[in-house]
Amino acid sequence: MMRNMLNRFAEVPLAAWLIGALCAVYLEQWVGDPLTELLLLPKIPVLFGCLIVLKTPKLIPSTVVFLILIYAVPICVIAYAVRKPANMIAAKLFSGPIWISAILHLGLLYLILHIWSDISAYRELTLKFTLIAIIVTLSLNLINGYMGEFSCSHPGFMALGAYGASVFSLVLFADDKNFGEALLPGILGPFMFPLGLIFGGFISAIGALVVAIPSFRTRGDYLAIISLAFTFIVKSLIENLEFIGGPRGLGSQPDFSNLLVVFIWTVLCVWIINNYVQSVYGKATNAVRDDEIAADAMTVDTRKTKMVTFMFAAFWAGVAGGLFAHVLRFVNPSTFGIQKLAEVLAMVYFGGLNSVYGSIVGAVSLSLLGEALRPLELFKWIIIPLLLILVMIYRPTGLIAFKEFNIRNLIQPKHIPEDEV
Amino acid sequence: MPLLEVKKMTHYFGGLRAVNDYSLKIDAGEVRGLIGPNGAGKTTIFNLITGIYTPTEGNVILDGESTIGLRPHQVAARGLGRTFQELRLWRHMSVLEHVMMARYSKLSYGLIGAFLGTSKRLKEEEESRQIAMKMLDMLEIKHLAGDSIANLPYGAQRRVEMARALATEPKVLFLDEPTVGMTPEELNQMMDIFRRVRDELGLAIFLIEHRLKMVMELCDRIQTLVFGEVIAEGVPEEIQNNPKVIEAYLGKEAVT
Repeated sequence: MMRNMLNRFAEVPLAAWLIGALCAVYLEQWVGDPLTELLLLPKIPVLFGCLIVLKTPKLIPSTVVFLILIYAVPICVIAYAVRKPANMIAAKLFSGPIWISAILHLGLLYLILHIWSDISAYRELTLKFTLIAIIVTLSLNLINGYMGEFSCSHPGFMALGAYGASVFSLVLFADDKNFGEALLPGILGPFMFPLGLIFGGFISAIGALVVAIPSFRTRGDYLAIISLAFTFIVKSLIENLEFIGGPRGLGSQPDFSNLLVVFIWTVLCVWIINNYVQSVYGKATNAVRDDEIAADAMTVDTRKTKMVTFMFAAFWAGVAGGLFAHVLRFVNPSTFGIQKLAEVLAMVYFGGLNSVYGSIVGAVSLSLLGEALRPLELFKWIIIPLLLILVMIYRPTGLIAFKEFNIRNLIQPKHIPEDEV
Repeated sequence: MPLLEVKKMTHYFGGLRAVNDYSLKIDAGEVRGLIGPNGAGKTTIFNLITGIYTPTEGNVILDGESTIGLRPHQVAARGLGRTFQELRLWRHMSVLEHVMMARYSKLSYGLIGAFLGTSKRLKEEEESRQIAMKMLDMLEIKHLAGDSIANLPYGAQRRVEMARALATEPKVLFLDEPTVGMTPEELNQMMDIFRRVRDELGLAIFLIEHRLKMVMELCDRIQTLVFGEVIAEGVPEEIQNNPKVIEAYLGKEAVT
């Protein structure tokens, strides 16, 4: 019976699931409030009830009912109901250029996230941070997973990117006490913002070059030590630079990071990094990791591979930092310390090395978990490492490691052979 | 002019002289053997010629150009392909990925292509896929293309290493004990493959091998190395009957 059910759902394509989810988030907007009253909930469960588990456990049953009624049942029913037309549309799109189909799927996904995050500002903020976490995790996975080195410099790169992009937009588009009046009319801001992020990314990449030159001459633990030092150097450098606010930080960045911007950058990041790791140049990082001498003997320029990958990863960390600064509209150096490092490393190793899926899963699940455990305050940092240790024991390379992210497989129509129908 | 020429190469590891005054000339299509007891410095010579170590003295000339001072991947790209005595495969990659990786230096789509997946990249990767499949076909392991390397039997892994080395389009192929641990049957198959590779691709082979029977059958000329010095060089019959060689392998009593 159970197996039969699962078999039936095997022919539901991604598009149908997305349509189901879209209906669910609409449903939540429509009947969410009356339903919460009916179930004696104070308000709509913000993050699928993650927050309730620890704060007010006695609400768990009604939250579960809410989740089933609003999410589980509608998604499954609608996805199953529209599977045939969805398959037809997916098949039609699939025969054309892949990017049209991909963009339509992404548009649908964005619509879902947008409507979902409309319910509360907290939801939107968490969603943005989660998306940014995906960028950071994926870029660190390039170094620690795909290349098999151990880098601790990601908070430093994020800080460089955050400050780079912040200075860019504060100088150009904001009246700021540190940098004087805006140089350009504010209306240009959102259009120039990508340049600011890229500027921040390039500053990070230059920082990465500084780390990479001494540490990639030899193999071993040098990178871990030098990169850790780099994080601390960046932090104290910023603390001591008065013109960017010193330890007080830098605030009132213009509000350029709306959900759409963060979403687009996340998609770009996933797409470009996924392209890279599937190219021969990107696979060369795996060759360097598994056997550097063999890679050399097979004409792979190992030093260039390591340098480029490291700087590429740093670039994306910088972009993530820039987005982060503009979401929070405030940065200070203490954000980018050892705790940030622990968070990002946990996401990478929890999700799975050498895997785009793994990074996404790791970033999303640990972001949600972090929010769920927020009532525990500092004890959160006992639970998460414990969880990490368990993952390391039972799945040493993470939940979803060494799995290729294939866009085609994701969005293709799903058919089961005729005789089984 | 020989294809590969090594001139008076000497190498020290600290105070230890590992290779002394080693010279070599290989012509295209020639199969050269290098034999000698364990620790004689055979693999060191391979590493010196392929650029993993830089010789203390001497010169290596490939196709009229010195390769001294080039990094190993540059030497490899110039046309010195090699396999390793202890298999050096990338354990998380598939067979096809291994062979395609060896086309690294032939690709020109650059980082932009890698990041954005341009049509140039698709074209070049398709080309290298076809070349890789050809190599796999030549080594009779085409059916394993999609398999993960870790699941393959030992003999197949050896073949993957060969295919990978061939995909770099070498002029001289360096084989470091390519039949270690093989059954006699696998050995015969491997020897057929060596001959076929030489005949079809017209490349020179430089071979380190412990099994004298195979060396004698396969090689045009053989060098014998003892303690980093060549004590005998010649065609197989000469080497077989050379008292110094017999002494090095069997000890002094055997000669007298």
